[in-house]
Amino acid sequence: MDISNKQVLRIATAGSVDDGKSTLIGRLLFDTKSITSDKLQAIEESSRRKGLDYTDLSLLTDGLVAEREQGITIDVAHIYFATKTRKYIIADTPGHIEYTRNMVTGASNADVSLILIDARNGLVEQTRRHLYIAHLLRVPKVVVCVNKMDLVDYDQALFESIVNEVKALVDKASLTGFDISFLPISSLYGENIITDSEHMSWYLGDSLIEALESVEVKSHQTDLPTRFPIQYVIRPKTNEHHDYRGYAGKIASGTLKVGDKVTVLPSGAVSEIKSIQKYKTELKEAVAGESVSVLLKDDVGASRGDMLVKEGDFNFGNEVVSEICWMDNTPLVVGKTYKIQHGVSESRVKILGLNHKVKTDSLLVETNISDFLLNDIGEVVLRSSKPILADSYKDNRNNGAFILIDEFTNNTVGVGFVA
Amino acid sequence: MNVFDGQFPRELEDESIYIMREVAAQFERPVLLFSGGKDSITLVRLAEKAFYPGKIPFPLLHVDTGHNFPETIAFRDALVEELGLELHVRYVQDSIDKKIAVEESGKYASRNALQTVTLLAAIEEFKFDACIGGARRDEEKARAKERVFSVRDDFGQWDAKKQRPELFDMLNGRINVGENVRVFPISNWTEIDVWNYIREENLEIPSIYYAHQREVFQRDGMIWPNSPFINKDESEIIETRTVRFRTVGDMTCTAAVESDADRIERVIEEILSATISERGARIDDKRSEAAMEKRKQYGYF
Repeated sequence: MDISNKQVLRIATAGSVDDGKSTLIGRLLFDTKSITSDKLQAIEESSRRKGLDYTDLSLLTDGLVAEREQGITIDVAHIYFATKTRKYIIADTPGHIEYTRNMVTGASNADVSLILIDARNGLVEQTRRHLYIAHLLRVPKVVVCVNKMDLVDYDQALFESIVNEVKALVDKASLTGFDISFLPISSLYGENIITDSEHMSWYLGDSLIEALESVEVKSHQTDLPTRFPIQYVIRPKTNEHHDYRGYAGKIASGTLKVGDKVTVLPSGAVSEIKSIQKYKTELKEAVAGESVSVLLKDDVGASRGDMLVKEGDFNFGNEVVSEICWMDNTPLVVGKTYKIQHGVSESRVKILGLNHKVKTDSLLVETNISDFLLNDIGEVVLRSSKPILADSYKDNRNNGAFILIDEFTNNTVGVGFVA
Repeated sequence: MNVFDGQFPRELEDESIYIMREVAAQFERPVLLFSGGKDSITLVRLAEKAFYPGKIPFPLLHVDTGHNFPETIAFRDALVEELGLELHVRYVQDSIDKKIAVEESGKYASRNALQTVTLLAAIEEFKFDACIGGARRDEEKARAKERVFSVRDDFGQWDAKKQRPELFDMLNGRINVGENVRVFPISNWTEIDVWNYIREENLEIPSIYYAHQREVFQRDGMIWPNSPFINKDESEIIETRTVRFRTVGDMTCTAAVESDADRIERVIEEILSATISERGARIDDKRSEAAMEKRKQYGYF
């Protein structure tokens, strides 16, 4: 599209129960004037009923009754705010160990991972887990907020020691794939969130909103090899469009141009792009992220689950090594068969072997394992009933992941990241 | 160039069209729930775009409370005619006549909650396996946790603790017998995104969204539209004022706002400077802090 439009930046927030994540988000909404008077009035009333002498901004995001009762966050909540140039989507995910799966879920679409550390506690197990998940999911940008600076007398030396501790962990555990920055903040008093802090004149870096506004959004997806998963075949079968056959889908990576030679996978049939359509508009070119319909010169008989790639840049097989995060109460075991959904393509897989697990609290690797339990993360080997058209996840985030589905319950039980 | 140009993030449209196509591909009997409101009008446009030049491969369902704004029904019928859509209408009155739903009484009586009964009966009658709705996560706290594909049991119940994880853009619509899925293609849109989209796409919307003269009365600090369906006190005096509506619900639970915004640019300006949220004008949500979550557990949209 030629018209410039608002960019969307997706943020995953993570933090332990008490490190003030909900208050931070409440503060972002409050300070960007994204909450309305009736919502504010409702939380002011709730705060009064709870006997607080300040407005508890965390009440803006702790949505479910159970959460309000227990004062914790138990599921992924989505929160929205906008500035003049960007729309922000926050996936607010819980920090308890038993909800690792929700953290992975929230991080799966994130451009930025926002990690909170309580200045009084420094680096804790949760911090390691969050950093590891940001690394596993290749979230491009990590912003570490050292919160509650007001409770440690805005101590610069303490902030710097926490920064060094995190940097040392990142180096030691080889957590790569992201750019990391650190901010000292107080979400309760709104310091370094939107406005600078009077108490921390020693900090010369960006405020949180400045840091978020300057994050670069996914342009690099366009530079990767072209992957166009066919999602739906449009065949109107009317007199006017008698032979129309539009391959509809959202471009996962790369670009499509009219005249490009393409190969249909898995059949290997070759053709050329005749037309790219977006509703009533004919496009010369479309890029990653766009939902389009593609017409080919030849009748190649492609269907849902197939993929168009440019000639010569593919190498896919039936057997893959993959990192996975297990998300179900019933353990994953060797020999069991699951449905696999990679993008919009479905087939069946068998678990051939379990290579290792990573303890996300200590980042130690455990071999000789017999199963994966809920929230376990590690590496497995799978064989599929048809080729899995996935790239290595670390090279291509939009075409490297899949989900596993239990054949009996139909639940989504795991997520995989192809090695 | 207009100052409003480019304010709609086009990425959201690509995402919503992708969701529409997933519904058509994964389900046998999907239906689009159409209320005549701006969100469901947006859904119809997205569906039109997703399958063009083919027709929208599923029908619309309107659950009619009988307490509609007449402008909305006229609008609905014109849209269906223009796009050649298939429309099913099921009436809350029929559920009341069959005694599967009971009319509320008193000053605040509304048929809003009864829509759930009629909707569930229609799902059973037509064997719909996916119902596409225009709910957005920014509307309300409980909605903020809703998935794009939200699995319901055969009582239409939503269990927040048993939701399937939704990763990347991969949607798992596989269900067991008796279950159905509610699908929310504009989950990630906010109210202002919808308005900017309507403006950029030049979509027609019912006239009640724009400022007009209407008979109203004041109750609990809100402006209520006068209608034969609402039980009024003697103290509640009918007057004619210039108002508009921010949502189109049942006439008994949709409050108006005083406004002279008579075209879309002015509506957008007004929303950007407004101090009350969209659902703040929904009388049904004011019943209690957890009102929406409770209704959802019982299968409400």
